[in-house]
Amino acid sequence: MADGHEHEHSTNCEEALAELYTFLDGELTPERRELIASHIDDCNPCLEVFDFEAELRIVVSQKCREEVPESLRLRIAVQLESMHLLASPEGLSRIEGRADASDGADANS
Amino acid sequence: MADQATFAQQAMEFMPSLYAAAMRMTRNSADAEDLVQETYLKAYRGFGGFTEGTNLKAWLYRILTNTFINSYRSKKRRPDETDLDEVEDLYLYRRLGGLEAAQAGRSAEDELMDFFTEGEVKDAVEALPEQFRLAVLLADVEGFSYKEIAEILDIPIGTVMSRLHRGRKALQKQLYEFAVERGLTGRGRSTGTDGIGAGEKLAPVLAERASDG
Repeated sequence: MADGHEHEHSTNCEEALAELYTFLDGELTPERRELIASHIDDCNPCLEVFDFEAELRIVVSQKCREEVPESLRLRIAVQLESMHLLASPEGLSRIEGRADASDGADANS
Repeated sequence: MADQATFAQQAMEFMPSLYAAAMRMTRNSADAEDLVQETYLKAYRGFGGFTEGTNLKAWLYRILTNTFINSYRSKKRRPDETDLDEVEDLYLYRRLGGLEAAQAGRSAEDELMDFFTEGEVKDAVEALPEQFRLAVLLADVEGFSYKEIAEILDIPIGTVMSRLHRGRKALQKQLYEFAVERGLTGRGRSTGTDGIGAGEKLAPVLAERASDG
């Protein structure tokens, strides 16, 4: 079974394994993808390898998550908001009205 | 041409994944916070150059990655590709592939998910030399395509593929070393480290592939 199929238009284990990552990455052409998919449908040893690698990838991506510190989120939100106020006409006039900033026009574009 | 007024509302949702990537890049939370903050400020200032309707996440990652490379990475010599040992294909599968057979009624996914701790996975990713780490992060954690990664890192697609190939193998080797350190590899197995289980059936093919180079 490890030698796979010998048909000319089918694919064997070696070919399937060679394209394992390209397959999992979704980067094969539809034709190649179809060929590999039909091979692993018929070949249990290859299916187990593909499953294992696919699961491993899920494990890696799920375990690399992080919670954003609330202080960071807030800091960025405040900073973006103040930059936005400085750049907008309404924000600028509010600041000018308060501080009579004469060079505030630089921030206006 | 994108309007700065809509930047925050479009970009804030990507903060968890940008922060997680920044943690893997800098390996510490203080630098990761600074890196993410700097990325958002640069992105806001440059948002006029972003084409509305294209991939905002990829655009933000490009800024994150460039900022990291230019300002945060360690100053020591850039590790080149020869710094990674040659690792055989399917390294982890050959050693842990039969794992799920151990406990009936549990899926392979559950087994593998429980097998490695969060700390081990993070440490294994962070142990990769930088250029491999960036490629693996972008592909396997963030799910970017080869083309997107090529654009984010400003390297040819062929280089993306070779970095992924070698980076993934090195990651598997590191994960296995953690498993061995914790004495976990005996679970569900009767022999040592010479890969059996489901991998056994593919042994002729695997051996042939290994000898290809």
